[in-house]
Amino acid sequence: MGIAQPLSQTDPTLALIAALPFIGALFPGLMIRAGRTACAASAAAATLAALILLLTRAPAVMGGTMIEARIGWMPQIGLEAALRLDGLGLMFGIMILGVGLLIQLYARWYLSRADQAGQFYTYLMLFQGAMLGIVLSENVLLLLVFWELTSLSSFLLIGYWRHLPEGRQGARMALTVTGLGGLALIGGMLLLAQAAGSTELTEILARGDQVRESPLYVPALLLILVGCFTKSAQFPFHFWLPHAMAAPTPVSAYLHSATMVKAGIFLMARLWPVLAGTEIWFYLVATTGLVTMVIGAAIALFKDDLKALLAFSTVSHLGLITMLLGFGTADAAGVAILHILMHVMFKAALFMTAGIVDHEAHTRDIKRLGGLLSLMPITAAIAIVTALSMAGMIPFNGFISKELMLEETTHFAWAGSDLALPVAATVGALLSFAYSLRFIAHVFLGPVRDDYPHTPHDPPFGMYAAPLLLAVAVIVTGLFSDATLGALQTAAADATTNGAFEYHTLKLWHGVTPALMMSGVAALGGLLVLAFHAPLARGWAARGPFFAKDAFDWGMEKAAAAAAAATDRAHDGAITRYLAIFAIATLAAGAGAFAIGNHGPGSRPPVPVTTVDAVGWALLVAATLSMLVLYRQRLLVLVLLGIVGLIVSLAFVHLSAPDLAMTQVSVEVVSIILLLLALNFLPQTDPEPDPLPRRLRDGAIAAAVGLGVGVLSWMLMTRDFETISGYYLENAKPGGGGTNVVNVILVDFRGFDTFGEIIVLGIAALAIFALVEALLDGRASARLANWRPAAPRAADRHPMMMVVATRLMMPISLTVGGYIFLRGHNEPGGGFIAGLVVAIALLMQYMASGFAWAQERVRIPYHTFIGLGVLIAGLTGIGAWFAGYPFLTSWYDYFHIPPIEEFELASAMAFDLGVFLTVVGAVMLALYSLSRIARRTGEEVNVEAMDYDPSVEAPTGRRT
Amino acid sequence: MEALLASAIGVLTSAGIYLILRVRTFPVVVGTTMLSYAVNLFLFASGRLALDLPPILSPDQAGYTDPLPQALVLTAIVISFGMTAITVMIALGAYLESGSDRFDIAAAPRPGDHGAPQDMRLSADYDPRREPGPQGEGGGDPHDTAPEGRR
Repeated sequence: MGIAQPLSQTDPTLALIAALPFIGALFPGLMIRAGRTACAASAAAATLAALILLLTRAPAVMGGTMIEARIGWMPQIGLEAALRLDGLGLMFGIMILGVGLLIQLYARWYLSRADQAGQFYTYLMLFQGAMLGIVLSENVLLLLVFWELTSLSSFLLIGYWRHLPEGRQGARMALTVTGLGGLALIGGMLLLAQAAGSTELTEILARGDQVRESPLYVPALLLILVGCFTKSAQFPFHFWLPHAMAAPTPVSAYLHSATMVKAGIFLMARLWPVLAGTEIWFYLVATTGLVTMVIGAAIALFKDDLKALLAFSTVSHLGLITMLLGFGTADAAGVAILHILMHVMFKAALFMTAGIVDHEAHTRDIKRLGGLLSLMPITAAIAIVTALSMAGMIPFNGFISKELMLEETTHFAWAGSDLALPVAATVGALLSFAYSLRFIAHVFLGPVRDDYPHTPHDPPFGMYAAPLLLAVAVIVTGLFSDATLGALQTAAADATTNGAFEYHTLKLWHGVTPALMMSGVAALGGLLVLAFHAPLARGWAARGPFFAKDAFDWGMEKAAAAAAAATDRAHDGAITRYLAIFAIATLAAGAGAFAIGNHGPGSRPPVPVTTVDAVGWALLVAATLSMLVLYRQRLLVLVLLGIVGLIVSLAFVHLSAPDLAMTQVSVEVVSIILLLLALNFLPQTDPEPDPLPRRLRDGAIAAAVGLGVGVLSWMLMTRDFETISGYYLENAKPGGGGTNVVNVILVDFRGFDTFGEIIVLGIAALAIFALVEALLDGRASARLANWRPAAPRAADRHPMMMVVATRLMMPISLTVGGYIFLRGHNEPGGGFIAGLVVAIALLMQYMASGFAWAQERVRIPYHTFIGLGVLIAGLTGIGAWFAGYPFLTSWYDYFHIPPIEEFELASAMAFDLGVFLTVVGAVMLALYSLSRIARRTGEEVNVEAMDYDPSVEAPTGRRT
Repeated sequence: MEALLASAIGVLTSAGIYLILRVRTFPVVVGTTMLSYAVNLFLFASGRLALDLPPILSPDQAGYTDPLPQALVLTAIVISFGMTAITVMIALGAYLESGSDRFDIAAAPRPGDHGAPQDMRLSADYDPRREPGPQGEGGGDPHDTAPEGRR
């Protein structure tokens, strides 16, 4: 039945199938308001839709067609959202969506009212989408993305009961192990893609020989296997799986029967044509699988927790499948595919049964159970059927794949020994038989007890419907295996083996074969082991602690301790030290570049120095140096800072930068007011000078950095350069409609930058507001309430002169602000400067007439100014779209309204208005927030502008 | 002129670096402001120096200085105001919350520290409900009357 070259066919529906679970993840959060049933139904609807769409494609896929869908993504790095659906993907897709549907039904009944079902279903759908993505990926990079998504979403699912420490630890362990495996897998896949010369699976699968001969084959294989083994819980990475059982049972049933752990198996099957068939593959994969199968089964036998038993049984069965894939023949791979199908059916049902027992009896400890057969007959029937299938009993479906597995082991010699594999496999089957029967005998058989934590009885139909359906499937696919599973197995195994698979009719009875005899031995031995379970369990318990989990914990602890030690050492909280290191490192980098760089003398003619320049320079240097000496007198420092700022502004005036000078001087005023306000509540002086060695050290660092920056600036200024500004100078008038090139650059050429900057400024102001809000709510508030000023206050805080003068100046200042704003496009000025000037005009009112008086007269909150400013600037930019231009393209024209002379209107003006409003709002909000701190210290509140109003007889306006 | 400006930038940088290496928050805030001056001047100087050539287009001007660094510095000045405001607020908040204005986190409060001054301590008859100020200023937390004990 092999098909050498599958036909391929493009079908965009495939993308929809892959997307449906993710779309479905959006519903539960919304639908939970309509109740848990609606929530579950909304998730199930998406799954069902995906399943139906998938099934409509099934006939074509089973006929050997491969369906593809392709969405361009990042072809530069070989990453395309390319999907494929072939037999293997179809089989896994049916498992993922079919079991997913059953789980959604089961979880509806399983989760209690206290559980947040909306979240649960969202996580479940995310996980489902990730799993489906893995099996439908055509591009291996895309596959990796989905692979990581399964690790993340399974973390959310396993840790769903976040109030349980076991849940959190289990989730963390699963994420650590599968995440590390994922990392290895990324490396392996990239090597594989390198060896095959493509990231497309179709290409890679066709180049098996090329890959196997490549020197990259072994490293790629090892890394990929680490990824697969961690995901599929193969020895020695098996330990995370049982800990993941802390999840709610629906999660366990889903992750550990049909999905998560099958991802590793899937990938081994997917890459089977490329990777399998070599000796290293055989010994690595088959041996790991065999060891895992036996060890998992042995541990399962001695677990008393129902879910732990099933977890280790899953580990064991995954080992079995891995071993079959490891054999490297198409027949064995076909058996592996078959067992994947069988395992899903009985294991999902068994997990759900264990969940029902837990749900009804309030325990899943085998030691506390027994005799449930008569109390919950339906559940018991389901459990018995499925557990017998797990044991590999005729006539259930597990028997068929187990027989074929035993038969396969007789075909291979392991390290020269013909017996090694069959014997080990028989031991595995024996243990598997024993724990399966124990699941039945110790839980359902035996006498009815009277000490169950809760009297068990069968659950409502909704809860056992899903496992019942699976149990029926276990029987039907056992009895009519050829009719029910033959075609699917063929299609999947064909896809796995690149068409090398030969179908042998599936049937229960093959006659008395070696495999049947091995089965018989296993069954008898299993019964014997079960009979002596109690003494064996005691011996097992005496064997000491379990190694893998301890090793993991030890490793994690050491890694965390080492990381903490390194972090603490490097990051000890001494910020001054970081800054010193930063300064020295920067200096060293600069010095290094200077030493190896190529630099000649500057050729630019120097600008002449006037007396005024020299005086200004001397003032600046003197003020700066005084600051270094006097830095402990903080008020003086602020005075000196003002001098420095003023001289910097003057330098801008002198050096042809009028806009900068205006900005600097107005920012200076605002900053000094801000710092003064803050200093009011900070210590006025430093208590003691720093020790001399420290001052010398810092002085040396500072001097060296200063020297470096100074020399760099000098060298920069004395050299000629090429500027891109010619374009701006030429186009400012014709393109931007303004003659002030700086302003045109700000609001037009580089308007997007400015837009970002005003947003930053607004955020800064809002952050200050939030900070003060938090302060006034916290401990600082009480402290402030009892604040007493360090220095005596002025008796007349709001002198009449100042009140009258500022009020007279207010309209003038505002007019100046408006004037500066309007002329900004053509003359020095603009939104930034106008905003600062207007803010200062408003500040004067606060200072002269008092906070409360001024605040009462503010009609629009400053937040609104910021928001409005950003909005106007943004809308101006968007306006350009309607004219068919890119964001922030400006427009201008001239208008003539008699009797006014012709004037110009530019859209950049509206943008500048946004800048203006944001600046006003940000400055005022920052200072207003600081003033609120002053209010909290119990400063008197004035309702009148003046403390003493001569027009009124007696001062009445005070309240405290 | 170039030498004067370059040396001024160097001096401003030195002062800024020296101040940000101090152990108290206020000098650090002033130091960052000094560094802003230095950086703004440096950026401005990257357009080279020119006298009487403002980038305001006019027919009777011989040439223009480079407008681009000026545009960049203009926004930088405004943004550095925002930064100063934030850092000084963080410094203030840290002082008011912890009672210490030390910059380094790990350094434990020492005898010479600015702890909360005596007059800032809370008295027994303190009642936050009697706090001054109108509504909307956020009421004091009545449980939070013993910050000294919690420090």
